[in-house]
Amino acid sequence: MRKIITCTVCPLSCQVVLELNAEGEILSVTGNKCARGKTYAIKEHTAPERTLTTTVKVKGGVHPLLPVRTDQPIPKEKLAEAMLATAGLEVEAPVKMGDVIVENFLDLGVNLVATRDI
Amino acid sequence: MKHLTADVVVIGGGPAGLAAALAAHNEGAKKVVVLERNIELGGILQQCIHHGFGLHRFKAELTGPEYAQKYIDLLKETDVEVLLETMVLEITPERTIYAVNASMGMLKIDAGAIVLAMGCRERTRGALRIPGSRPAGVFSAGSAQRYVNIDGYMPGKKAVILGSGDIGLIMARRFTLEGAKVEAVVEALPYAAGLTRNVVQCLEDFDIPLHLASTVVEIHGNERIEGVTIAKVDENWDPIPGTEEFIECDTLLLSVGLIPENELSEGVGVQIDPITNGPNVNEFLMTTVPGIFACGNVLHVHDLVDNVSKEAERAGSFAGRFALGRLTEPKRRIKVKAGENIRYVVPHEISTDEPVELYMRVQKPQIDVYLEVGELRRLRKQMVRPSEMLDVKLTPEMLGKISGDTLTIRITAQEEVGSGA
Repeated sequence: MRKIITCTVCPLSCQVVLELNAEGEILSVTGNKCARGKTYAIKEHTAPERTLTTTVKVKGGVHPLLPVRTDQPIPKEKLAEAMLATAGLEVEAPVKMGDVIVENFLDLGVNLVATRDI
Repeated sequence: MKHLTADVVVIGGGPAGLAAALAAHNEGAKKVVVLERNIELGGILQQCIHHGFGLHRFKAELTGPEYAQKYIDLLKETDVEVLLETMVLEITPERTIYAVNASMGMLKIDAGAIVLAMGCRERTRGALRIPGSRPAGVFSAGSAQRYVNIDGYMPGKKAVILGSGDIGLIMARRFTLEGAKVEAVVEALPYAAGLTRNVVQCLEDFDIPLHLASTVVEIHGNERIEGVTIAKVDENWDPIPGTEEFIECDTLLLSVGLIPENELSEGVGVQIDPITNGPNVNEFLMTTVPGIFACGNVLHVHDLVDNVSKEAERAGSFAGRFALGRLTEPKRRIKVKAGENIRYVVPHEISTDEPVELYMRVQKPQIDVYLEVGELRRLRKQMVRPSEMLDVKLTPEMLGKISGDTLTIRITAQEEVGSGA
């Protein structure tokens, strides 16, 4: 079986081809023009991760929302659950950039942090 | 009317204005003032809550607000004066600025030098001439971004996005994460205009269909938009009859280009380049009106904020030097010309003794090419695309070798050069 992953490490956007066995294990990696492309494609196949950036409600700020992010990428399949978890959050101003809004967010070992002062 | 004087006045407190003000201050300008019409500094970065900013500048993937906050914090450590909620009405060639705000009323500011850093605006529906009625629910992508990320309103539940530039792609993901359904992203070009990374992480991650070589040919609905008709386009972007397809939606986002905001510049008589829609500038990033400088998206639309900061630092520091009487005119100026597959180059004029960084865009994508800077430099590029700005640094040593009064930048195919006569 074959899987094509578009590398996003640089603008060249190599189409990296993974040859997979029936269990989805990687047999070969081709099509990448550099080593980073191989690392990326393997990671993207085995455990894709994304950084979540969104907002939470804030009371007493100049705006009704505070932008936040996970301080490390989280598993891609957790994005929807993470969005639901942030929907109910509300914090109070003042908040500083980098302040932890939720520690060990969804037990993923990452923190949800503020990305600006408000 | 309140009357102030300043060495350097920066118009606009976005990324360009922040970096320019800091640089002018660091150059030794005594009084630097930033005029910002919003209630806070940071400009458009404050609504760009996604990450990916500052890879070059800070070697980190920051969000827009984080990138802005870093500069705002640096500015706070200086005595640079910031006037918020202040709208500039007019600039004169003698560098007098008329502005207004609610607490001080009318202001007259005499400036030693002015830095234009007003940024850009989105192209609107009117510029696209899409037939159909005029219902609610048609937004420019950046306006929708502000509603969602700053004001806390969702513009709709079922969206179609016209334009696959980065703002359009980012908004497709944002709408999806916030619970809306993005039915399609429609792009007239035969390839996605934005970064591949955004195509993957904003569209493919959420199975959002991307319709290439297509456009919106009709908007349906009276009170509220009820759907759009899309169609394939030929190479001239003319719709191909028989390829129409109806898509139901309650929202249409337009991500169809940015236009530098130059009303103030034009008012003072600054010469505007019809290609960039921004001022013509020289190696000091000075416009055709002495003492008035320009940087950031008001000069030409950038794709990386890192480049905006870098350019603005140069503009700010030259403005500081001008105000202090330390900016000397060069003996010789050279015109920079856009050659084969180059849409534009900024700055438009350079001198032989000032190191300079040229920013340029190509007209069409090409693979395996050389970027040729006159006879001075030939840089190998694996790929060039209109959406990715190119930059080249030139040292005085290189510049000294220029013969004649023009420098032409061109893209040439590698084979042609290799087999050259």
